[in-house]
Amino acid sequence: MLRDHYIFSNGRLKRKDNTVYFENEQGQKKALPIEAIQTLHLFGEIDLNSKFLTYISQYGISLQFYNYYGFYAGAYHPKEKKESGLVIVKQSAHYLDRDKRQFLAYQFLQGAVHHMLRNLRRHKESVQTHIDEIELIAQKLQFAKDIQSLMGIEGQIRHIYYQSFNHILKQDFLMEKREKQPPRDPLNALISFGNTLMYTAILGEIYKTPLNPTISYLHEPSVRRFSLCLDIAEIFKPLIVDSIIFALINKKSITKKHFEYLEKEICYLNEEGKKRFITAWEEKLGTSVKHRTLNRNTTYRYLLRLECYKLVKHVIDDQVYKPLKAWW
Amino acid sequence: MHDQSIGGIDLQYYELCKRKLWLYRKGINMEEESDYVLQGKVLHERSYPRLLDKERLIDDAFAIDAIDGEYVREVKLSSKMSNADKMQMLFYLYQLSLRGIYKKGLISYTKERRTEEIELTESNQKQIISAIGGVYEIINLPTAPPVKKFPYCKSCAYYEFCYSREDD
Repeated sequence: MLRDHYIFSNGRLKRKDNTVYFENEQGQKKALPIEAIQTLHLFGEIDLNSKFLTYISQYGISLQFYNYYGFYAGAYHPKEKKESGLVIVKQSAHYLDRDKRQFLAYQFLQGAVHHMLRNLRRHKESVQTHIDEIELIAQKLQFAKDIQSLMGIEGQIRHIYYQSFNHILKQDFLMEKREKQPPRDPLNALISFGNTLMYTAILGEIYKTPLNPTISYLHEPSVRRFSLCLDIAEIFKPLIVDSIIFALINKKSITKKHFEYLEKEICYLNEEGKKRFITAWEEKLGTSVKHRTLNRNTTYRYLLRLECYKLVKHVIDDQVYKPLKAWW
Repeated sequence: MHDQSIGGIDLQYYELCKRKLWLYRKGINMEEESDYVLQGKVLHERSYPRLLDKERLIDDAFAIDAIDGEYVREVKLSSKMSNADKMQMLFYLYQLSLRGIYKKGLISYTKERRTEEIELTESNQKQIISAIGGVYEIINLPTAPPVKKFPYCKSCAYYEFCYSREDD
């Protein structure tokens, strides 16, 4: 099973003979198991050279770069091997046709709302009014005439959803409003960090399929480079990221001391905070559920891939897409 | 219409699963992560260490594993898909015969330590010609043939692709 590897220290990644080493600032070397790695996440300041890049490319390993504050900076992906002209053409056709695009955008939001409500139902006693409100508004999604109105309704739902966090979280992590760029309080910092991990995980899975990550439906392509990740992330953010956040806060694994502020304005997780989040993240993505139609144990991470497969099948007119709706 | 050349693998897939053939030909590739496929790859790389005539590309159209005297050779892990393997071999023999080269085929099944000899006869020549026509028919279909359940679906690299869906 391929896994992700995270590097927090500063240092150098290099290839020596046929092994990859990470050498930290003190000159200590550690060999990395190249056959077992799928993605390297680099949080520290890392030097590397093209000899290293060409070597990891043979193994299909991608690099994800984050800046000092844990904000996503960019990625290196080895040469794509999975392209299918047909899928790219069909993927575009589903964007260009208004109704087809609307259908997919609507489906993504159906998955998102399902998982938001699923989270809230676990705290029914305190958030029943929020649940009722979201259910009412969500009915409007099917009548939305265009993507813009879909997005508007989604915005209303998300607003109520985030307000409900104040009743679910047991520590005093207050959600006033969602602020992405930049996050200004610990809760927003957690959501941003989790969403970043979600985005890179989905991108990693898209690269193993013939889908083109720049052609998207709910989000406008070209707003962000890999906007299809944002579309698919809608379904999985509440299912994976938000439930991790609830657990981390309510079990007090992450507390206010795990945050720092940049110029008293921008809030971010410190190294220990990031480590705790990533540990929970890896644990969650490695958890498996018995898949109903595959009849196989399937990890949360693999569910991301299956979502891509279902999209491929939809665009090639093989099987109509339905978003994952957690049944367990 | 026959502007796309086909190869032995297409015939193999045609015999195994028309859907797999269509997906594969459209660049929807699942094979890279399959353990079975990896095993097969390693097997191919390690086979016939003494033979020089390996992986020969014929007319830029299809590749033959190895030629050993009067035999075209193929190695396979097991004989589970022997019918499909046979079609693949017949395709090579037939293609060579069109070019005036007459050979026999030898498929080695390594796990079972046995080989199977295949000869191009009048009747199986007809069979392979009609299968070649069938391959073109499939790859020209506008959409993928629907999922058809076979006992070997579970070990196919496309299993998750074909069987992932949402049931309410």
